[in-house]
Amino acid sequence: MKIKTLNLALVASMAWGTAASAQTEIQWWHAFTGRLGELLDAQVALFNSNQSDYKVVATHKGNYSETLNAGIAAFRAGEQPHLLQVFEVGTATMMAATGAIKPVFEVMQASGLEFDPNAYIPAVTGYYTNADGQMLSFPYNSSTQVLYVNRDKLAEAGIDPDVDLSTWEAWDGVLTQLKDAGVTCPYTTSWQSWVHLESFSAYHDVPFATKENGFGGFDTELVFNGPLQVAHIDQLGKWAQDGKFIYAGRRNEAGANFRGGECALFTESSAGYAGVKAEAQFAFDIRHLPYWDSVEAAPQNTIIGGASVWIMEGKPAEEYAGVAAFLNFLSSPEVQAKWHQDTGYLPITTAAGELTKSQGFYAANPGTEIAGLQMTRNTPTENSKGLRLGSFDQVRTIIDEELEGVWSGQKTAQAALDSAVERGNQLLRRFEQANR
Amino acid sequence: MEKRVIFKGWMLPALLLLPQIVITAIFFFYPAGQAIWQSMFVPDPFGLKTQFVGLGNFEYLLGDPYYRASFVTTAIFSGLVTVVSMGVALYLAILADRLIKGSGTYRTLLIWPYAVAPAVAGVLWMFMFNTRVGVVAWYLGLLGYDWNHVLNEAEAMGLVVVASSWGRISYNFLFFLAGLQAIPRSVIEAAAIDGAKFWTRFRTIVWPLLSPTTFFLLVVNVVYAFFETFGVIHTITAGGPQQATTILVYKVYSDGFVGQDLGSSAAQSVILLVLVGLLTVIQFKFIERRVHY
Repeated sequence: MKIKTLNLALVASMAWGTAASAQTEIQWWHAFTGRLGELLDAQVALFNSNQSDYKVVATHKGNYSETLNAGIAAFRAGEQPHLLQVFEVGTATMMAATGAIKPVFEVMQASGLEFDPNAYIPAVTGYYTNADGQMLSFPYNSSTQVLYVNRDKLAEAGIDPDVDLSTWEAWDGVLTQLKDAGVTCPYTTSWQSWVHLESFSAYHDVPFATKENGFGGFDTELVFNGPLQVAHIDQLGKWAQDGKFIYAGRRNEAGANFRGGECALFTESSAGYAGVKAEAQFAFDIRHLPYWDSVEAAPQNTIIGGASVWIMEGKPAEEYAGVAAFLNFLSSPEVQAKWHQDTGYLPITTAAGELTKSQGFYAANPGTEIAGLQMTRNTPTENSKGLRLGSFDQVRTIIDEELEGVWSGQKTAQAALDSAVERGNQLLRRFEQANR
Repeated sequence: MEKRVIFKGWMLPALLLLPQIVITAIFFFYPAGQAIWQSMFVPDPFGLKTQFVGLGNFEYLLGDPYYRASFVTTAIFSGLVTVVSMGVALYLAILADRLIKGSGTYRTLLIWPYAVAPAVAGVLWMFMFNTRVGVVAWYLGLLGYDWNHVLNEAEAMGLVVVASSWGRISYNFLFFLAGLQAIPRSVIEAAAIDGAKFWTRFRTIVWPLLSPTTFFLLVVNVVYAFFETFGVIHTITAGGPQQATTILVYKVYSDGFVGQDLGSSAAQSVILLVLVGLLTVIQFKFIERRVHY
């Protein structure tokens, strides 16, 4: 009896196998694990069950760097997937690879599916468009920086939990009070370069690099050693010396300190929301990223991080039709709204944002709308559209190294940023040479 | 007197050598040749276009003060790892050698850490010394010492040295113990009867007789510190703070696989190749002379 059932199951699965092979397979390599990986798989499963022409196969290829390397190696071997998830700092590398990638707008146009570039939020897609505003890669997961506040910690220190923290000018007093009250970690941050230089520059409408932050060409040069950035890093350096700013690491190491309840204030990606919500044993709220009130242009808009999905070159036309259908599915308001609500990543279409609002999500989860508002409060300028710099992952490492010199008191803010600019420019020149 | 076997023809010896030569050619000479070839180009990551730059990559690297500083970092790091892992191993081996009861258990326990992969060892040490949640960091905090390898360069270097040496101690211990046990008891006993104390016996008999083992371990450990400690550094410090723990091989990785700068990465591999070759030649030329076989 048992064997019979097993045989039946086997026959059934074989039949299923043949049916599946009649579909066109779309390979998608991504970098998500854990909860994000599950949510991604759920999207893929929904797409596969909604139609029968295509079957998307999602494969995890390691972290962002490893996924990019896997894609590059596969392309060299002629075994590339249709879709490759690449983090935002890899954008210039992918863009420069004419002949290895197919722009999203071309694939969408060729597919004949409805594709309205105006449906997407410009502050999000702007990072991934060409000079003519055409979408090159699909902004799959984008987040921006927000401020997380541990309300209990403020109250313990005798500070009103609703104290004004919207401008950096207001911070020194609050940090001093926290420190004097014996708080061991008044403020910490994750992704220091992203928060305190990249987005900081956009938010205050000052250039990070020449040539529209690299959008205008490979001959761009870093200029984030301007007076405003220097003053800001100098202030952070002083706070670090006084024990008011605690540096925990280059990536998101600080998240553990905040979620564990040690730190009062924390600047981090809006996508960190799910983690904070799940782990925090204290009352917290989410606020706008602070800005210097003395700067007239601030607050402009912050810039995004995260990853986009690139379409790889070298596949038959009918398979690209499947790719277009899948991206179309991902853009639908329902799928986008669910993704936004589950992960804390930004909605990429205006419709998805509105749907989330009408579903009452923002009212039920105060603070989750901040990231979107912060991105869309102004029309992006050439300083706040995003960054497009070659070897940018390496440039970030250089910035991390130099900032560590400031936090430990070995370097002045000016010397550190000057050095970071000089070293980073060398890498940009090499990138320019490689893509001549 | 060495014994020499003389073959009559050249066919048989050539045939016997062939497998070794083929393996060496495919797995060593071919990749090394590729690295040398690639080091003369600046390619884009996807291999779509490439430019010949001759020695340009080397010029770029050697003109970079941060790359030159990485040599010093590597020298300090490898020196420390070698001294710490060999020193501790020798000490433990001497203790184990004098042990009469339970030496088997003692030996087995000491060998265990060798089975732990460097990356895993890195994670273990990282957790113990994590500035916020680490057990050791917490106890140090109780003693009034503020451990912070995230910003303190000396502490970061110390931590990666200890984490890299830890697993290596087992390996060195095995060799030292075998070496010590190979020293004839009668020689040591004779010296003891003549009134030589432990330290004198060690200096005049044990250390010279142990020198082949020590020399072998020196070569092997330097190579280990140069190439195989990558996992530890990657998991604990990622080369920081600033560039305090960026050793040469870590830079090869980060430039090649994070920065996608394959030309520079290939050039760095070639430099490493030459460097380790030189080191080994120096070791054999100058140190081996003082080794008594």
